[in-house]
Amino acid sequence: MYAALFYFIAGLTVIGALGVALSTNVVYSAMSLLAALVGASGLYVFLAADFVAVVQILVYVGGILILTLFAILLTHQIAEIQVSNRSVGRLPALGLVVLLGLAMGAAILRAPWHVEPLAAATPTTYGIGDSFLNQYLLPFELASVVLLTALVGAIVLSRKELRE
Amino acid sequence: MEFQFANVLVFLLLGAITAGLMLGLGWLLRPANPESRKLSTYECGEPPSGSAWINFNIRFYLIALVFLIFDVEIAFVYPVTVAFREYVLQGRGLLVLTELFVFVGILFVGLIYVWAKQDLEWLKRVARPS
Repeated sequence: MYAALFYFIAGLTVIGALGVALSTNVVYSAMSLLAALVGASGLYVFLAADFVAVVQILVYVGGILILTLFAILLTHQIAEIQVSNRSVGRLPALGLVVLLGLAMGAAILRAPWHVEPLAAATPTTYGIGDSFLNQYLLPFELASVVLLTALVGAIVLSRKELRE
Repeated sequence: MEFQFANVLVFLLLGAITAGLMLGLGWLLRPANPESRKLSTYECGEPPSGSAWINFNIRFYLIALVFLIFDVEIAFVYPVTVAFREYVLQGRGLLVLTELFVFVGILFVGLIYVWAKQDLEWLKRVARPS
Protein backbone atom coordinates (compact mmCIF):
# COMPACT_ATOMS: atom_id res chain seq x y z
CA MET A 1 0.00 0.00 0.00
CA TYR A 2 2.75 2.40 1.09
CA ALA A 3 4.91 1.47 -1.90
CA ALA A 4 1.98 1.66 -4.31
CA LEU A 5 1.18 5.14 -3.06
CA PHE A 6 4.80 6.18 -3.49
CA TYR A 7 4.91 4.89 -7.06
CA PHE A 8 1.62 6.63 -7.85
CA ILE A 9 2.91 9.99 -6.61
CA ALA A 10 6.33 9.53 -8.23
CA GLY A 11 4.59 8.60 -11.49
CA LEU A 12 2.42 11.72 -11.24
CA THR A 13 5.54 13.83 -10.81
CA VAL A 14 7.39 12.25 -13.73
CA ILE A 15 4.37 12.37 -16.06
CA GLY A 16 3.83 16.00 -15.13
CA ALA A 17 7.47 16.82 -15.83
CA LEU A 18 7.26 15.00 -19.17
CA GLY A 19 4.15 17.01 -19.99
CA VAL A 20 6.04 20.23 -19.30
CA ALA A 21 8.87 19.21 -21.60
CA LEU A 22 6.91 17.59 -24.43
CA SER A 23 3.72 19.64 -24.74
CA THR A 24 3.68 21.97 -27.73
CA ASN A 25 1.16 24.30 -26.12
CA VAL A 26 2.79 26.49 -23.46
CA VAL A 27 -0.38 26.69 -21.39
CA TYR A 28 -0.58 22.88 -21.27
CA SER A 29 3.07 22.90 -20.17
CA ALA A 30 2.18 25.22 -17.29
CA MET A 31 -0.73 23.00 -16.28
CA SER A 32 1.52 19.93 -16.36
CA LEU A 33 3.86 21.83 -14.09
CA LEU A 34 0.98 21.84 -11.60
CA ALA A 35 0.96 18.02 -11.56
CA ALA A 36 4.76 17.91 -11.23
CA LEU A 37 4.81 20.38 -8.32
CA VAL A 38 1.96 18.70 -6.44
CA GLY A 39 3.69 15.36 -6.97
CA ALA A 40 6.94 16.78 -5.61
CA SER A 41 5.01 17.95 -2.56
CA GLY A 42 3.74 14.40 -2.09
CA LEU A 43 7.31 13.13 -2.30
CA TYR A 44 8.29 15.56 0.45
CA VAL A 45 5.60 13.98 2.62
CA PHE A 46 7.23 10.60 2.02
CA LEU A 47 10.53 12.12 3.16
CA ALA A 48 8.79 13.15 6.41
CA ALA A 49 9.32 16.82 5.54
CA ASP A 50 5.81 17.98 6.28
CA PHE A 51 6.55 21.68 6.49
CA VAL A 52 8.45 21.70 3.20
CA ALA A 53 5.58 19.83 1.55
CA VAL A 54 3.04 22.44 2.62
CA VAL A 55 5.34 25.32 1.71
CA GLN A 56 5.83 23.70 -1.69
CA ILE A 57 2.05 23.90 -2.24
CA LEU A 58 1.81 27.39 -0.75
CA VAL A 59 4.67 29.03 -2.60
CA TYR A 60 5.18 27.01 -5.78
CA VAL A 61 1.63 25.97 -6.64
CA GLY A 62 -0.07 29.01 -5.14
CA GLY A 63 2.43 31.64 -6.21
CA ILE A 64 5.06 30.75 -8.76
CA LEU A 65 2.75 28.71 -10.97
CA ILE A 66 0.25 31.58 -11.10
CA LEU A 67 3.12 33.94 -11.92
CA THR A 68 4.24 31.60 -14.71
CA LEU A 69 0.72 31.47 -16.14
CA PHE A 70 0.48 35.26 -16.02
CA ALA A 71 3.84 35.56 -17.76
CA ILE A 72 2.64 33.19 -20.49
CA LEU A 73 -0.65 34.99 -20.97
CA LEU A 74 1.04 38.39 -20.94
CA THR A 75 3.58 37.47 -23.58
CA HIS A 76 2.54 38.76 -26.95
CA GLN A 77 1.51 35.94 -29.31
CA ILE A 78 3.51 33.30 -27.51
CA ALA A 79 1.73 30.50 -29.39
CA GLU A 80 2.85 31.67 -32.82
CA ILE A 81 6.50 32.25 -32.12
CA GLN A 82 8.63 30.59 -34.75
CA VAL A 83 11.80 29.17 -33.29
CA SER A 84 14.31 29.52 -36.10
CA ASN A 85 16.92 27.03 -34.94
CA ARG A 86 14.59 24.22 -33.93
CA SER A 87 16.64 21.36 -35.34
CA VAL A 88 20.12 22.83 -35.00
CA GLY A 89 22.18 21.15 -32.38
CA ARG A 90 20.02 18.10 -31.91
CA LEU A 91 22.95 15.67 -32.20
CA PRO A 92 25.26 17.59 -29.87
CA ALA A 93 22.38 17.77 -27.42
CA LEU A 94 21.95 14.00 -27.62
CA GLY A 95 25.66 13.57 -26.98
CA LEU A 96 25.52 15.89 -24.00
CA VAL A 97 22.51 14.09 -22.54
CA VAL A 98 24.23 10.71 -22.93
CA LEU A 99 27.37 12.06 -21.25
CA LEU A 100 25.36 13.60 -18.44
CA GLY A 101 23.37 10.39 -18.01
CA LEU A 102 26.59 8.35 -17.81
CA ALA A 103 28.07 10.72 -15.26
CA MET A 104 24.94 10.71 -13.13
CA GLY A 105 24.55 6.94 -13.43
CA ALA A 106 28.15 6.44 -12.33
CA ALA A 107 27.59 8.79 -9.42
CA ILE A 108 24.44 6.93 -8.38
CA LEU A 109 26.12 3.53 -8.61
CA ARG A 110 29.30 4.53 -6.83
CA ALA A 111 27.85 6.66 -4.04
CA PRO A 112 27.95 4.91 -0.67
CA TRP A 113 24.24 5.06 0.10
CA HIS A 114 23.57 5.39 3.76
CA VAL A 115 20.40 3.37 4.28
CA GLU A 116 18.64 3.76 7.58
CA PRO A 117 15.51 2.02 8.81
CA LEU A 118 12.43 4.22 8.46
CA ALA A 119 12.00 6.29 11.58
CA ALA A 120 8.57 7.38 12.72
CA ALA A 121 7.78 10.64 10.99
CA THR A 122 7.38 13.51 13.43
CA PRO A 123 6.13 17.03 12.77
CA THR A 124 9.02 19.32 11.89
CA THR A 125 7.37 22.73 12.02
CA TYR A 126 8.02 23.33 15.72
CA GLY A 127 11.71 22.50 15.32
CA ILE A 128 12.05 24.93 12.43
CA GLY A 129 10.38 27.71 14.38
CA ASP A 130 12.50 26.92 17.42
CA SER A 131 15.74 27.23 15.47
CA PHE A 132 14.49 30.45 13.88
CA LEU A 133 14.25 31.85 17.40
CA ASN A 134 17.51 30.45 18.74
CA GLN A 135 20.56 29.91 16.57
CA TYR A 136 19.16 31.34 13.33
CA LEU A 137 17.63 34.50 14.75
CA LEU A 138 19.73 36.90 12.70
CA PRO A 139 19.40 34.96 9.40
CA PHE A 140 15.65 34.92 9.98
CA GLU A 141 15.52 38.68 10.21
CA LEU A 142 17.92 38.99 7.28
CA ALA A 143 15.52 36.90 5.20
CA SER A 144 13.04 39.71 5.65
CA VAL A 145 15.55 42.19 4.23
CA VAL A 146 16.22 39.84 1.30
CA LEU A 147 12.49 39.62 0.62
CA LEU A 148 12.20 43.41 0.80
CA THR A 149 15.02 43.75 -1.74
CA ALA A 150 13.37 41.21 -4.01
CA LEU A 151 10.05 43.04 -3.77
CA VAL A 152 11.48 46.45 -4.60
CA GLY A 153 13.73 45.03 -7.32
CA ALA A 154 10.93 43.12 -9.01
CA ILE A 155 8.63 46.13 -8.95
CA VAL A 156 11.29 48.49 -10.29
CA LEU A 157 12.23 46.12 -13.11
CA SER A 158 8.69 45.41 -14.24
CA ARG A 159 7.73 49.06 -13.95
CA LYS A 160 10.45 50.08 -16.37
CA GLU A 161 8.98 47.69 -18.91
CA LEU A 162 5.60 49.29 -18.40
CA ARG A 163 6.80 52.78 -19.27
CA GLU A 164 8.01 51.89 -22.73
CA MET B 1 1.89 12.76 11.03
CA GLU B 2 1.28 10.20 8.32
CA PHE B 3 -2.30 9.90 9.47
CA GLN B 4 -2.85 13.62 8.96
CA PHE B 5 -1.43 13.46 5.47
CA ALA B 6 -3.61 10.41 4.84
CA ASN B 7 -6.52 12.74 5.61
CA VAL B 8 -5.27 15.04 2.85
CA LEU B 9 -5.04 12.09 0.49
CA VAL B 10 -8.57 10.93 1.31
CA PHE B 11 -9.80 14.46 0.76
CA LEU B 12 -8.14 14.62 -2.66
CA LEU B 13 -9.47 11.18 -3.57
CA LEU B 14 -13.01 12.14 -2.53
CA GLY B 15 -12.74 15.25 -4.68
CA ALA B 16 -11.58 13.25 -7.69
CA ILE B 17 -14.24 10.57 -7.17
CA THR B 18 -17.03 13.13 -6.79
CA ALA B 19 -16.02 14.99 -9.92
CA GLY B 20 -15.65 11.73 -11.85
CA LEU B 21 -19.02 10.48 -10.61
CA MET B 22 -20.79 13.68 -11.62
CA LEU B 23 -19.31 13.75 -15.09
CA GLY B 24 -19.67 9.98 -15.54
CA LEU B 25 -23.33 9.96 -14.50
CA GLY B 26 -24.00 12.88 -16.80
CA TRP B 27 -22.27 11.03 -19.61
CA LEU B 28 -24.43 7.95 -18.95
CA LEU B 29 -27.74 9.76 -18.63
CA ARG B 30 -27.66 12.54 -21.20
CA PRO B 31 -28.94 12.03 -24.74
CA ALA B 32 -26.34 12.37 -27.48
CA ASN B 33 -27.39 14.82 -30.19
CA PRO B 34 -24.18 16.35 -31.47
CA GLU B 35 -24.60 19.58 -33.37
CA SER B 36 -22.05 22.11 -34.49
CA ARG B 37 -23.85 25.05 -32.86
CA LYS B 38 -23.49 23.41 -29.46
CA LEU B 39 -19.74 23.71 -29.77
CA SER B 40 -19.78 27.47 -30.27
CA THR B 41 -18.56 29.57 -27.35
CA TYR B 42 -21.91 31.17 -26.53
CA GLU B 43 -24.64 28.88 -27.80
CA CYS B 44 -27.42 31.45 -27.52
CA GLY B 45 -25.36 34.61 -27.64
CA GLU B 46 -22.97 36.70 -29.63
CA PRO B 47 -20.77 34.94 -32.14
CA PRO B 48 -17.25 35.46 -30.73
CA SER B 49 -14.76 37.37 -32.82
CA GLY B 50 -11.00 37.05 -32.67
CA SER B 51 -8.86 34.82 -30.53
CA ALA B 52 -9.26 34.23 -26.81
CA TRP B 53 -5.52 34.82 -26.49
CA ILE B 54 -5.46 38.44 -25.57
CA ASN B 55 -2.80 40.25 -23.60
CA PHE B 56 -4.48 41.16 -20.38
CA ASN B 57 -3.52 43.95 -18.04
CA ILE B 58 0.10 43.82 -16.84
CA ARG B 59 -1.20 44.91 -13.41
CA PHE B 60 -2.09 41.27 -12.79
CA TYR B 61 1.58 40.40 -13.05
CA LEU B 62 2.72 43.15 -10.69
CA ILE B 63 0.10 42.19 -8.09
CA ALA B 64 1.14 38.54 -8.44
CA LEU B 65 4.78 39.51 -7.85
CA VAL B 66 3.88 41.39 -4.68
CA PHE B 67 1.67 38.49 -3.61
CA LEU B 68 4.51 36.02 -4.08
CA ILE B 69 6.79 37.99 -1.75
CA PHE B 70 4.19 38.04 1.01
CA ASP B 71 3.47 34.36 0.32
CA VAL B 72 7.10 33.56 1.17
CA GLU B 73 6.78 35.81 4.22
CA ILE B 74 3.92 33.62 5.48
CA ALA B 75 6.09 30.53 4.94
CA PHE B 76 8.74 32.15 7.19
CA VAL B 77 6.40 33.40 9.89
CA TYR B 78 4.32 30.24 10.22
CA PRO B 79 6.89 28.01 12.02
CA VAL B 80 7.65 30.83 14.46
CA THR B 81 3.98 31.11 15.37
CA VAL B 82 3.90 27.36 15.95
CA ALA B 83 6.75 27.73 18.47
CA PHE B 84 5.21 30.87 19.96
CA ARG B 85 3.09 29.15 22.63
CA GLU B 86 6.03 27.21 24.00
CA TYR B 87 8.06 30.41 24.29
CA VAL B 88 5.24 32.22 26.07
CA LEU B 89 5.09 29.40 28.61
CA GLN B 90 8.84 29.80 29.15
CA GLY B 91 8.33 33.53 29.72
CA ARG B 92 10.15 34.57 26.54
CA GLY B 93 7.05 35.57 24.62
CA LEU B 94 8.07 39.21 24.27
CA LEU B 95 11.25 38.24 22.41
CA VAL B 96 9.25 36.26 19.87
CA LEU B 97 6.69 39.01 19.49
CA THR B 98 9.40 41.64 18.93
CA GLU B 99 11.14 39.42 16.43
CA LEU B 100 7.94 38.83 14.50
CA PHE B 101 7.14 42.53 14.49
CA VAL B 102 10.64 43.37 13.22
CA PHE B 103 10.29 40.75 10.49
CA VAL B 104 6.86 41.92 9.38
CA GLY B 105 7.86 45.56 9.85
CA ILE B 106 10.78 45.32 7.44
CA LEU B 107 8.46 43.89 4.81
CA PHE B 108 5.84 46.48 5.64
CA VAL B 109 8.31 49.09 4.37
CA GLY B 110 8.11 47.27 1.02
CA LEU B 111 4.33 47.39 1.07
CA ILE B 112 4.42 51.13 1.81
CA TYR B 113 6.90 51.62 -1.02
CA VAL B 114 4.69 49.78 -3.50
CA TRP B 115 1.65 51.61 -2.23
CA ALA B 116 3.22 55.06 -2.30
CA LYS B 117 4.61 54.54 -5.78
CA GLN B 118 1.05 53.71 -6.90
CA ASP B 119 2.02 50.30 -8.21
CA LEU B 120 -1.08 48.80 -6.67
CA GLU B 121 -3.37 51.19 -8.51
CA TRP B 122 -5.33 49.59 -11.29
CA LEU B 123 -4.76 52.50 -13.62
CA LYS B 124 -1.46 54.15 -12.86
CA ARG B 125 -1.15 57.83 -13.53
CA VAL B 126 2.01 58.31 -15.51
CA ALA B 127 3.17 61.90 -15.85
CA ARG B 128 3.09 62.64 -19.55
CA PRO B 129 5.99 64.71 -20.92
CA SER B 130 4.37 67.82 -22.37
